[in-house]
Amino acid sequence: MEALSIEGTAKTPSVKFDGHEGVIEIKGRSIPENSIEFYKPLVEWLEEYSGTPLDLTQVNVQLEYFNTSSSKCILDVFKKLEAIHKGKSEVIINWYYEEDDEDMLEAGEDYESIIRVPFKMIEIVE
Amino acid sequence: MSFDINEYYSRLSGGDVLMAFKGSISSELISNVLEVVESRLDEYDESSKIRKKVYNVLVESLQNLYHHIEVLPEGMQKEFDDKFGILVVSRQDEKYKISTGNFITQDKVDVLRNKIDKINSMSREELKDMYKFILNHQRLSEKGGGGLGLVDIARKTGNQLEYTFERYDDLYYFFNLDVYVEIAM
Repeated sequence: MEALSIEGTAKTPSVKFDGHEGVIEIKGRSIPENSIEFYKPLVEWLEEYSGTPLDLTQVNVQLEYFNTSSSKCILDVFKKLEAIHKGKSEVIINWYYEEDDEDMLEAGEDYESIIRVPFKMIEIVE
Repeated sequence: MSFDINEYYSRLSGGDVLMAFKGSISSELISNVLEVVESRLDEYDESSKIRKKVYNVLVESLQNLYHHIEVLPEGMQKEFDDKFGILVVSRQDEKYKISTGNFITQDKVDVLRNKIDKINSMSREELKDMYKFILNHQRLSEKGGGGLGLVDIARKTGNQLEYTFERYDDLYYFFNLDVYVEIAM
């Protein structure tokens, strides 16, 4: 299936979903006023990918900021990944946070407690 | 006598102001404000932890305004923009203060007051549970608001949300919210 690639902006993250490599990346800032529009193609891509996922899907989430509107859409993305993980395919979510950014670490832990997919918390040290 | 918004605005604009704005709250305005405040925070050479907290709280405050602002009746539009809101970001003593103000109709005052009082009465753990519950159980509104903004602000700042409702006329109140981010956290 075709890769999904979106350039980042001041209010939306860069996105790289690669079905051949099984690597899914969301990086940057996610603070749009209305996040549903932005996340719709991501959820749709995952819906299609869930039909024939690789044995291992690596998910890299490296956000500098995200707003509460995005937080629900990110949960929708993770719920799709949870469905894939429930099948035969393995999913790992790597949640990156900058050194000292306890809020971002805690946000990752919130998701980890809701979503049944293994999370790896990775501190970025400058 | 009804509440004097200009007097209130100039009172807020005392101290070390990073940004002050009154007028229509649009998506473009939010982008501009964020850019200005971000560069001002850089000038203060604030730690990245505090910079991020202030920025996050500012995003939520502005987007709360954006999502909940009342479109004012024509009679008031002579004096105010149709999506009128106020924002002042200042630094005083050892904290940043983010103040927002907007009109709300009288029938919404009690609901909002109860919501904020409830948030203010909650412990850190209770706020975390409330956040996760809303995140997992409530859908986004069509406009994209999620009902999480105030809970998120309270969690990130660890401070009480200070507010007032000032009567403007028979139909409208002016809602003022002050959020503090302490620098020595």
